[in-house]
Amino acid sequence: MKLTGAKIINECLVREGVEIVFGYPGGAIMHDYPIHHVLTRHEQGAIFAADSYARVSGKVGVAIATSGPGATNLVTGISTAMMDSVPVVCITGQVAAHLIGGDAFQETDMTGITLPITKHNYMVTNASELAHVIREAFFIARSGRPGPVLIDICKNAQIEEVEFEYPEEISLPGYKPPEHAPTEDLKKAVELIAESARPVILAGHGVQMSGAMDELKLFAQKTQTPVAMTLLGLGSLPASNPYSLGMMGMHGEAYCNQAIQNADLVLAFGMRFDDRVTAHLRTYAPRARKIHIDIDPTEINKNVKVDVPLVGNLKTVLNDMIPLVKPSDHEEWLDQISKWKEETKARDILSWPDEEKLHSAHVIRDFWEKTAGDAIVTTGVGQHQMWAAQYYQFEQPYRLVTSGGAGTMGFGLPAAIGAWFACPDQEIWVVEGDGSFQMSLNELATVVQEGANIKILLINNSFLGMVRQWQEFFFDKRYAATPISGPDFIKIGEAYGIPSKRVTKRKDVMAAIAFAQETPGPVLIEYQVEKEDSVFPMVPSGAALDEMMRRPITRKNAGK
Amino acid sequence: MQHTLIAKVENKPGVLNRVASLFRRRNFNIESLNVGRTEKPDISHMTIVMENHDQDTRRVEANLYKLVNVLDVQDVTNQPAVTRDLALIKVAAEPEKRSEIANLANIFRAQIVDVAPDSVIVEITGTEEKIEGLVELLRPIGIIELVRTGQVAMLRGDSLGIRYTPGANGHTPISNNTKDKKE
Repeated sequence: MKLTGAKIINECLVREGVEIVFGYPGGAIMHDYPIHHVLTRHEQGAIFAADSYARVSGKVGVAIATSGPGATNLVTGISTAMMDSVPVVCITGQVAAHLIGGDAFQETDMTGITLPITKHNYMVTNASELAHVIREAFFIARSGRPGPVLIDICKNAQIEEVEFEYPEEISLPGYKPPEHAPTEDLKKAVELIAESARPVILAGHGVQMSGAMDELKLFAQKTQTPVAMTLLGLGSLPASNPYSLGMMGMHGEAYCNQAIQNADLVLAFGMRFDDRVTAHLRTYAPRARKIHIDIDPTEINKNVKVDVPLVGNLKTVLNDMIPLVKPSDHEEWLDQISKWKEETKARDILSWPDEEKLHSAHVIRDFWEKTAGDAIVTTGVGQHQMWAAQYYQFEQPYRLVTSGGAGTMGFGLPAAIGAWFACPDQEIWVVEGDGSFQMSLNELATVVQEGANIKILLINNSFLGMVRQWQEFFFDKRYAATPISGPDFIKIGEAYGIPSKRVTKRKDVMAAIAFAQETPGPVLIEYQVEKEDSVFPMVPSGAALDEMMRRPITRKNAGK
Repeated sequence: MQHTLIAKVENKPGVLNRVASLFRRRNFNIESLNVGRTEKPDISHMTIVMENHDQDTRRVEANLYKLVNVLDVQDVTNQPAVTRDLALIKVAAEPEKRSEIANLANIFRAQIVDVAPDSVIVEITGTEEKIEGLVELLRPIGIIELVRTGQVAMLRGDSLGIRYTPGANGHTPISNNTKDKKE
C-alpha cells in the first residue's frame, strides 16, 4: 500500500498507542491527522504538556512543531524532559532535503541543537525511512532510562508516497538497557544492609519510573529502613507511611537531612545525587557506606562514590534483592529520627500563632486538606514549588508534576493541560507563583479552547520569591530585578472566560478552594500572600546537608 | 596516565559528531581520536587516546555506551594490543642533506615518499615512542610540517580489553572475541 509520508507518520503514531499530540503547525509541518492535536499557544507549552502527559499517564508524550523557530521553541522543554528522564517524542518539520545546508527559510539544524539534550535524535530525509525511525524513537524514549527523542522530518519526506510496511521488529544492536544486576553485587549489597544499624533509603524519580512503589514499601518494612525522597520521588511512599521522611535536600525536611548525614548506610534507589540533594559533596553522608541502584551506568560514581553499584531496572533489582535481605530491627535509629521530627514540628510555620497574615504554607496546607491529598498537582518553579512539595502530603505516586533537574519556570500551566488529558477524571490543580505564571499564561487560551477542567492556585507575592530570598540572605536585601508586577489576575482570568477569585485572608482559603471544586471547568484563585516569606529550612550553597538555616521558633525572632 | 580505548560504532552519518559532542559535553579531554572502516561495512572502529585517571576512563566507557550507535567499548591500555600511529614529516632538505635524512629514515624503517627541490616528505608508521624518536632527530635538520593520524589499536589474538561495567547495556563483544571472561 502506497502512502504519503504524512499518512505513514499517522499510522505509526496510532500503532504506538498515541491518542493525543500537543503542538503548533507551520510551513514545514501541516499534515492532517485524525489523532487529536492540542493547539497550544507556544511550542514550549506543547512540549511541557506532552512531558506532563507522559509523567502522569506512563505513556510516551508527543510534541509537534514546525521547522526553525517552532522547533527551537521546543528546546527548553526537551532539556526539561532530559533532566527528569521523561519519555517524549518530538516531531519537528524540516525544510526539504535538497535545501538542507542552504540556510533556507525556517531552516535550523535541529539534530545539531538537540544532540546533547536528547536521548537520541534522527533526521529523516525520505519517506521510506519514516516507519522504522518512528518505531525506534518510541522504543528508545520509553525503555531503559527514559528520555526525549527528536525526529526531524524533511518536508519532502512528508509529501512523497512510498510503500508502507510497518516494521514488526527493530534492531538496535548498540542499545540494550540492563535489567538484572549481577548476583555477586547483590550479595555484597545484602551484606552491607545486614551490617547497618542506621540505614536510610533515598528514593528518586526512578521508583515511579520503574513502578517500584510496592517493592520500596516492602523493602522499607522488611529492613525497617526510613525513606527519604527527592522532589521527583515524592509519592513513591505515602507521606503518611511511618517510614516516610519526606523530602530531602536544600529545602528538605530538617530531620530527613539529619538522618542522611548520620546514617551508616544509604541506599540510593533510582536517584542521581543531584547537588540540590547532596549539598556540599565532600561532607555528604560522611559516615555512610553507599549502595546505588540505577539503570544508567553513567550515574554510578558520577557525583558520589559508592561502595556497591547495582546497575539494572530498579523494580527488577529490588525484586531480586528483597528475598535475600534478612528482616532487621532499627528501633533505636527510628526513635532518634522521631526526636528530630519533633523539633521540626515546633519550628513549622503552621505552629505559629495566627496573626491574621496569609502565608503560602497556610494556603497549601488548607488546599491539601480540602483535596484529601489526592489531587494531581503541577507546579512552576520557585518558592511556591517548594511549598507545594513541603506542605502537600502526597499519598499516591504520579501526583506531583514538577520540573526538577532543569527547574523550568512556566512549566505549571501547560503541565496541568497535559495532566488533564492523561487523567481527565482526576482533580487537577496547578500551583503557580506570579513569576512562573506570567511565563506561560498565554496557555489559558488553550485551557479554555480544550475545556480542560483544571484549577489554578496562584501564589502571588509580587516577587520572584526564590531569588528574592537569596538576595535577602546573601546579598543584604538588595532586591535587584526581583520585584515583579503583574496584571490584575482576576481580570486576566475573566478575559479568558475563567471564573476567578482573589483571597487575602486565611479564613477565606478553604471557601475559595471549595468554590473552585464546585465550579465546573477551569477556575483561577489568586492568593495574595506575605511578600517576603522564605522557604525553610534552607541549606546555603557550600554548606553540609545538615547545616540548615531554620525557621525561627517564635514570631518574635523572625527576620533575625 | 594515558588510556587507549577502542570502540566499535555503527557506520552511520553523525556518529562521530555524537562521540565528539559527548566528550565536549562531559568535559573529557582527548589526545587523539581516529575513526576508520572495518571488515564489516556497517561498523566503524574508533581508537580514542586520552590522558586521565582510571576512574574517568570508567565514566567515558559508560557514557559511550549511552550512545545508541555505540556497540562495544574496550580499554586496551596495558593489554596485549598493537597500536600504531602514522606520521608524515616534511623536512627542509637541500639536495646535500637528502642522504642524511634517508639514512635516518632507514634506521627507523621509515620511507621518503616525496622529494621536492628543497624538502622531502618522510612517512613513518609505528608506536608513538618510535615516531617521537625520529621527530627528535629530524627537528635539528628543520621540520617544515608534521601531521599524524593519531593511534589506531587492535587487540592481539583473541585477547580482550578491560570492560569496567561488564554487561553494561547488555553488551557482548561483537568482534571475534566470543569468549567473554565473565562466564
